[in-house]
Amino acid sequence: MQIEVTAAGPGAERLWRDALAGGQLTLPFCRACGRAHFFPRVICPHCGSNAIELRPASGRGTVYSTTVVRRKPDEGGDYNVALIDFAEGPRMMSRVDGIAPAAVAIGMAVEAKIVTEADGPLVLFHPAGQRPEVEGK
Amino acid sequence: MVNPRLRGTAAIVGVGHGGIGAAPGRSAFDIMADATHAALADCGLKLSDIDGVFSATMVNSMPAVNVVEYLGLRPKVTEGTNTGGSSFLAHMQWAALALDAGLCEVALITYGSNQKSGAGKFVSTSEIVPFEVPYKPRYPVSAYAMAAARHMHEFGTTREQLAEVAVAARTWANLNPEACARGPLSIEDVLGARMVSDPLTVRDCCLVTDGAGAVIMTKADRARDFPKPPAYLLGVAAENWHRWVSSMPDLTTTSASRSGPRALEMAGVGHDDLDLVMLYDAFTITPIMFLEDLGFCPKGEGGRFVADGRLRHGGGFALNTNGGGLSCVHPGMYGLFLLIEAVRQLRGECGARQLDNPQLALCHGNGGHWSSQVTAILGTAATL
Repeated sequence: MQIEVTAAGPGAERLWRDALAGGQLTLPFCRACGRAHFFPRVICPHCGSNAIELRPASGRGTVYSTTVVRRKPDEGGDYNVALIDFAEGPRMMSRVDGIAPAAVAIGMAVEAKIVTEADGPLVLFHPAGQRPEVEGK
Repeated sequence: MVNPRLRGTAAIVGVGHGGIGAAPGRSAFDIMADATHAALADCGLKLSDIDGVFSATMVNSMPAVNVVEYLGLRPKVTEGTNTGGSSFLAHMQWAALALDAGLCEVALITYGSNQKSGAGKFVSTSEIVPFEVPYKPRYPVSAYAMAAARHMHEFGTTREQLAEVAVAARTWANLNPEACARGPLSIEDVLGARMVSDPLTVRDCCLVTDGAGAVIMTKADRARDFPKPPAYLLGVAAENWHRWVSSMPDLTTTSASRSGPRALEMAGVGHDDLDLVMLYDAFTITPIMFLEDLGFCPKGEGGRFVADGRLRHGGGFALNTNGGGLSCVHPGMYGLFLLIEAVRQLRGECGARQLDNPQLALCHGNGGHWSSQVTAILGTAATL
């Protein structure tokens, strides 16, 4: 299932968010040069073409870099922020959960999941092969 | 091929500070005016002589226009491009072009922030960053922390090597009566400080201070008429690859790898000719990566390059002689202070920290999250 980003309709970011809200993680691909990019755009940052479509993402990725943002325990405690390289090529900022923030390591294989937080659906990652935690517990 | 036409056509003839450290009760524009007043006194020009205004801040939508109004000016050139902390080095490029084209005669480049006493926290824009903010990175430190983590992973850089940058900066600050952070600082102090965003502790991070600066530029052909020796702009180059860190192509290489060689080529000088290197040190990792990207050492060797203590006062490599953003002053956007220290060193005004007869200085500004990189080469009349 591809979602075409047309010249007149909603933009790439809106279509990407709509797909995410529908439970589908996608990545924007350029039909002219074949390369993926992120964040979603209406023209390809690699070749300039406006022939963009959103394709279902594999969800497979690798931790490119990671940090632990330190926070007082009574404010929620430390948490992870990471940059994830998708198997398809593009990189996104996210958080790896299901593991201690400091245990997230560069090179670690991770898988995407969609979780719903206060501001809406969000793409997070967990270590590859680990069964996602049940939401809403 | 670099066009060398601008080489030596403009010079800094006046510099000034205002509100360094803490300026309670004074607005950002108050201390900007203090700095402008000091810079005009430094070169003997009047406020009404200024006909080109260059400024940027992180809190005003039209900062250069605000400066014009506050100072009561009617400039022919008003330029407010904001590329973050590198803005003022980029402004120097535009000022040199405007002076060369005859669009203005006397250019003021100024910046001020009262982020410490005014807000008590980092000033920043309220811009929404839709693909980063939901993950709550601590801006800007997390962007630099992830680069440091990647640098450690790829090249074996250590936290001790990062800490050495902060320790070296302190040795210079201890000789600068204007520096905000003075006193002993050891590697152990940096490593043992409160962790903010791994692997960077609060001592790996720049200061949060008030402060303002101002620089007056004119064409080179009249620069000799001023009371103090001019600092000539010999080379300047900029390059920009991204805005937010998640779009940075490679977290261990910045566009300084492009701006640096072009600025040096325009100036017609090599690394060994430089007497002073002023690198934007928002975090301890930044000078390490800029030393690599600017060609002072191979990519990946920055940590080992600094580890022998050569950046410390007396260590043989004169870096950030004011104490830098880590120990002298860092009012949100620091780039202008690189230029002011370089001019003072080239003039021989730096007291206990003065270098021995320096002729050439490289200043490198960084803006955003490793985003906007601007390199400038300043020199004395002997280098023209």
